[in-house]
Amino acid sequence: MGSFCFHTSAVPSSHLLSGTDCTYGLGGLKLGNLRKIPFSRTHKASKVLAFYGLKKPPYKLDALEPYMSKRTLEMHWGELHRGYVEGLNKQLEQNDILYGYTMDELIKATYNNGNPLPEFNNAAQVWNHNFFWESMEPRGGDMPKLGLLDQIEKDFGSFTNFKEKFVDAALTLFGSGWVWLVLKRQERRLEVVKTSNAINPLVWNDIPIINLDVWEHAYYLDYKNDRAAYVKNFLDHLVSWDVATARMIRAEAFVNLGEPKIPVA
Amino acid sequence: MALSLRNLVSRNSLAPLPIGRLLLSTRGLQTFSLPDLPYDYGALEPTISGEIMMLHHQKHHQTYVTNYNKALEQLDDAMNRGDPSTVVKLQSALKFNGGGHINHSIFWKNLAPVNEGGGEPPRGSLGWAIDTDFGSLESLKQKMNAEGAALQGSGWVWLGVDKELKRLVVETTANQDPLVTKGPSLVPLIGLDVWEHAYYLQYKNVKPDYLNNIWKVINWKYASNVYEKESA
Repeated sequence: MGSFCFHTSAVPSSHLLSGTDCTYGLGGLKLGNLRKIPFSRTHKASKVLAFYGLKKPPYKLDALEPYMSKRTLEMHWGELHRGYVEGLNKQLEQNDILYGYTMDELIKATYNNGNPLPEFNNAAQVWNHNFFWESMEPRGGDMPKLGLLDQIEKDFGSFTNFKEKFVDAALTLFGSGWVWLVLKRQERRLEVVKTSNAINPLVWNDIPIINLDVWEHAYYLDYKNDRAAYVKNFLDHLVSWDVATARMIRAEAFVNLGEPKIPVA
Repeated sequence: MALSLRNLVSRNSLAPLPIGRLLLSTRGLQTFSLPDLPYDYGALEPTISGEIMMLHHQKHHQTYVTNYNKALEQLDDAMNRGDPSTVVKLQSALKFNGGGHINHSIFWKNLAPVNEGGGEPPRGSLGWAIDTDFGSLESLKQKMNAEGAALQGSGWVWLGVDKELKRLVVETTANQDPLVTKGPSLVPLIGLDVWEHAYYLQYKNVKPDYLNNIWKVINWKYASNVYEKESA
């Protein structure tokens, strides 16, 4: 997730598993707690300035042409997403308690059960955008396969029906927000969910599988007001079902989706 | 025979024909149309580009009008059928699209080309009221700009007058909520559209630049007229 305690060479960790924060990779060692001692104050060392870093998308900025232009990525990732990261770091500088959280915990804590703290917008938007870049790939689209397809067909009836619901959610979202394919923990099924502004399904403890940014800045340079064309191109040409499958596999470690088929001898 | 006559006269079959509109309106359903801009699309350059004005008016505002009319027809139908759940379900579409139509209709009047008075400070009673309630015009602009910059997502920043308390207010509303949703006695004088479609093509992510510049084309004459009417 671009956090400070990220990726030593000893820890193999797929960039596909973007929900992972570094604590899992390092055998549960919570580096976040170590940093609760403000190093800079005790040793008058140089101040730690970066808490979260801007993570690069897993492709070049022009790789999603012509469905999402290089210009859009330069603005959306290079300026807006970077702005959220820098804004978040500035806010965390002032706040020792939040400084020690992992990204996922930070989002839930600052959501504050519906009464969000000022850090929530930046934290959630950093997370949402990381998730978004990784939800896409050049020459994406097409269909999910095997287990994920089975689950979609089980929960939506058919893949076509899922796409219709997804498009409908995107077009009926008033204002700014995100559309999600999410695995709901309680209901133990996949659903399409739309959220306003920066809200994401982590705050309800659900597991997102893919997301789509429908803030106007995400599509205005390429599609002007034609949100429908943008959503269609996302589903037909950009969405990465490989990444979605990897996320689904990880999600199944936390949510029991059904009885295993144990072969009878 | 009677059956086929009834089908001929039903609302659905008449709606696409012009006579259907006439009949619908005699039954009390008024629909709306896109108001014309009182100036050319390019008249607010370089503050707001002609491309933005055209898209904003012809696409965004038109869509709100179209969808508002659609929702009104569905509402009328649901009310006549006595279908309360559809009536209630339509409320968010009515608020969003109706609000979009209301807000943008005001917005076009809030703007004027520089050679038609755009940017000229308010005089008369509104000018005095601004000085009284905010200290100065500059201070009001700074307050509204700060509110606009801080607004997350889509929405509007308003200068309004509370016609009961006889006082100016600065308020923000989310999405297309009209100012009246913040208080039934509030009347909008100036609305600043801070949806991204209002500035993105020209100002990109730099919303503060858009807010600083838009004052150059604000039509204070309209705001003064409304204010004088409400405080009479």
